[in-house]
Amino acid sequence: MSEAAAFDVVVVGGGLHGLSAALHLARAGRRVALVERRWTGRHASGATAAGVRTLGRDIAEIPISLEAMAMWHRIEAIVGDDCGFHAHGQMRVAEMAEHMPALIERQARTRALGYSHEEIIDAAELRRLVPALSPHCVGALVARRDGAADPHRTIAAFRRCCEAEGVVIAEGCGVEAVDRQGGDWLLVCGTRRFRAPYVVNAAGAWAGRLAALFGDAIALGVRASMMIVTERLAPLLDPVVSVVGRALSFKQAGQGTLVIGGGLQGSADLDRERSSVDFRNLARGARAASDLFPAVQGVRIARCWTGIEAETRDHIPVIGLSPNAPGLVHAFGFSGHGFQLVPVVGSILAELVCEGRTRREIVAFAPARLMQERAVA
Amino acid sequence: MSDRTDLLIVGAGPAGMAAAVTARRHGLSVRVVDDQPAPGGQIWRGIETVAATPRAKRLGESYLAGAERAAAFRACGADYESASQLWQIEPGFRAFVTRGGKARAVTAQAIILATGAQERPMPFPGWTLPGVLTVGAAQILLKTADSVPEQPVWIAGCGPLPLLYMTQLLAAGGRIAGFLDTTPRGRLGPALRHLPRGLGRLGDLMKGLSWSLALRRAGIPIIRHVTELRAEGEGRLQRLRYRTEAGQEAEVPAEVLLVHEGVVPNIHAPLALGCAVSWHAGQHCYVPVLDAWGETSQANIFVAGDGAGIGGAEAAEPRGRLAALRIAAKLGRLDDATAETAAAPERSALSSALALRPLLDAFYAPRPQLYAPPDETLVCRCEEVTAGELRARAVEGRPGPNQLKAFTRAGMGPCQGRQCGYTMAHIVAAAQGRSVEEVGFYRIRPPLKPVTLGELASLDEQEPAA
Repeated sequence: MSEAAAFDVVVVGGGLHGLSAALHLARAGRRVALVERRWTGRHASGATAAGVRTLGRDIAEIPISLEAMAMWHRIEAIVGDDCGFHAHGQMRVAEMAEHMPALIERQARTRALGYSHEEIIDAAELRRLVPALSPHCVGALVARRDGAADPHRTIAAFRRCCEAEGVVIAEGCGVEAVDRQGGDWLLVCGTRRFRAPYVVNAAGAWAGRLAALFGDAIALGVRASMMIVTERLAPLLDPVVSVVGRALSFKQAGQGTLVIGGGLQGSADLDRERSSVDFRNLARGARAASDLFPAVQGVRIARCWTGIEAETRDHIPVIGLSPNAPGLVHAFGFSGHGFQLVPVVGSILAELVCEGRTRREIVAFAPARLMQERAVA
Repeated sequence: MSDRTDLLIVGAGPAGMAAAVTARRHGLSVRVVDDQPAPGGQIWRGIETVAATPRAKRLGESYLAGAERAAAFRACGADYESASQLWQIEPGFRAFVTRGGKARAVTAQAIILATGAQERPMPFPGWTLPGVLTVGAAQILLKTADSVPEQPVWIAGCGPLPLLYMTQLLAAGGRIAGFLDTTPRGRLGPALRHLPRGLGRLGDLMKGLSWSLALRRAGIPIIRHVTELRAEGEGRLQRLRYRTEAGQEAEVPAEVLLVHEGVVPNIHAPLALGCAVSWHAGQHCYVPVLDAWGETSQANIFVAGDGAGIGGAEAAEPRGRLAALRIAAKLGRLDDATAETAAAPERSALSSALALRPLLDAFYAPRPQLYAPPDETLVCRCEEVTAGELRARAVEGRPGPNQLKAFTRAGMGPCQGRQCGYTMAHIVAAAQGRSVEEVGFYRIRPPLKPVTLGELASLDEQEPAA
C-alpha cells in the first residue's frame, strides 16, 4: 500500500458541492485533494435539471440562496465560464383561482421578512411572459432574476478551475475506511491513502455512510428524482415554470430540448449505485406538462433518467462542522434543490475549514438536528 | 385484450414468429408487439401483401418463404399487436407499449427480445447529405412499395446485402451506376480458413457468387478495394470521391448513393435491461451473453434472432423456438426432458445455419478505417458532433463513454447512440490506447423508442388530475 499523500483538506465527493468546496479552499491557499468514487458529476450533479432558483425556498435557505444568486449573475468571473446560465426567471403558476391565496400569502411572508425577490403577477403578465402557457392559468409567483444553467458545462467549469488552482482530483477512488493518526484523518481508498486535518463530506446520497465512518450517525433519506428530456424544438418559452399542486418543473434548454422534472420519484439503490425510472409515476409529469402546454403533446421524449441524492427529514441541507469528529465538515442533503447553492456553499465550507466559523447564517443546517435520535437513545 | 400474458415477444420477424408458434403449441398465452404494420420483420417485410404480386418472384425464393411463416404465425393464437412501439420494460415484468397514440402497460412472466439487427453505422464525410441512404433502407422501399430510384444509383460498401439488393434492383428495372466495393484486399485467404466448417452450406456461397456473376453480366462497373469514400455536394449529393486500390483519387457525379457495411445486433433493449453483453471479436460488435436456450444474464429475459448475434433468418427461427421451449419448461408447461428432446433438432438446425457465418464474418469484417473517420466527419448526427471533437475530448482525463456524452452531447439525441455508439467507442479506444471492449458503450436510458409526451400522459388517464 502506498504512502499516504498529505493535504490540508480532503474533499470527499466529486459532485458540484465537492468541486465548489475544493475550488474555494484552493483559492484560500489550502492544498486540496478531491476524492471521487466514480467520476466528477456522476450522480446528482450530472442528473440535475440545473434550476437556479430562489423562488419558494425554505425561509432558512433564503439568505444563502440570495447570495448564491448574486454569484450566479457573475458566475463567469468566478469560474471562467457562464455555465450556460440564463436569468429568464422562475415562476410558480396557479391553474385555478383557489391556488392564488397561497402564493399571495407567500409573497406577504417574504416581504415581511424584508425580501423582495418574489412577486405576484396576474394572468395578463403571465401571458406576456409565457405566451405558450395554457390560457386557463390565472396568475403566478415569479422570481425574475432566477433562471437555469447547463449542468455539464457547470461541472466542467468548476472542475477546470479546480485543476488550475492545483486541486488533486482522484477519480475512481472511493473511501473505504477512515482512521485517526495524530491530528490527521487518514482516508483509505483501495491502494491509495490520503491524510489531512480537515475532511469535507460532500458525498451526496452516500454522505450518511461516509459520516458513519467518522462516528456521526445522521438520519438521511434518499431521492431519485426523475427527468424527461425531449427532442429539440423551436423556441417555446424562456422562464422555468412550476405549478401549484402538481409535481412539474418545465423549461426549455439552450439547445431547444424541453427539460421536464419537478421531483417525481423513481427508485434508488444505494448499494448498486443505480436508480431507475418509474413510468407510471412519470406519466403524471407528462400529464401536467401537456395540460399546461397543450402544444407539446406531440413532442417526442428523447430520454428519461433519475439522479440519486440525499434527502433530509426537513428538506433543508446539512451544512456545518461535525459536533463529534474534529475537522470534519458536512455538506449534503440538499433534498433536490442544491444546484443553485453550489457557489455559496463552497465559500461557506472554505470559511468553516479556514476559520472554524462562517459569517453566513447556517444555524438551521446544523448536523446535530438530525443526530438527536441517537443522542436520546 | 388482457394486460397480462405468460410470454411477451418483442418483434415479429423470423425469430419472434417462430417463438410465438412454439410457445402457443405448449399452451402459453403469448403477446407479440412489433413496430411494423404486418409480420415478417426486415427479411420478410411486407410479405403478406407482396406474396401475391409479380414482384414477389423478383425478390427471390428466400423472401417468398416468409409467406407460410406469416400464415402459421397468424393462425397460432398469439395476441399480435402490429404498429406498436415497446419503449420500456420494468422489472416484474411490466412492459410499456404505445399503439395508436395511447400508452399501456402489459405484465409478462417472460420476455423474448427478437428485435433483430441494424445496419452497422458507417460515418464518412458527407454521409448525412440528402441523397445518401443505406442499402437496407432502399431494400425496404423495394419490398414494400416496389420503389426503384429514378436515377442510376451508386452502391458502396461490403457484405452480402449490397449484392442481393443490386440483383433485386436490376430485376425490378432499376439502374446501377456502379459498385464501390470497400472489402479490403487479402480477405479471401483468412476467410477460406473457415471453409471446411461451411462446406455443408456451399449452396449459399454459390448463391452469393451467382449474384456477383449476374452483376458482371449486366455490365455493372465494379471498383474493388475502394478507400477514403466521400460524398459531396451543395445541399445534396452531387458527386462521390474515393481512392482506388492503385492509390488514385477518383471523382464521379452521383445523385443517389446507397451504403452498407454489414449489420450488428440491436443491443439497446438488452443493455437497458441490464443484461450482460460481451464483445464478439468475429462480428466486431456486442452480443448479449446467452445460455444455450437464449436466456440472458437476467432471469426470464431471452434474446432470439439476429439480436443474439448475426446469423440470418435460418438461424433466427431455431433460436426463437429454443427460447420458447425453455420458457414453456420454466413456466411448468413442459418437463425438462421433453424440452431437451424438442430442442435437439433446433440446435442442429441452428448449428447448420451458422456454419458459413465465420467465413462471411472474416471476409466482410469491417475495415479498420470504417471506425476512424476523418476529423470533419459527423459521428453523432442527432447532436452534430464530429469525429474531431470526440478525439480531442477523449484524451483529456481519459473519459469513458458516459462522460464523453456529458462533455460533447454525442449520444444524447433521440437515437440514443444507435448511430454513434460504436464509432465513439473506437475513437476513444484509439485515443486512449485501450481496446474497444474495455471502453464499453453508452448507458442506455429509457425510453427505448421515442414516445411522445401526450402518449406518456395517457398512462395517467385513470388517475384524476390533482
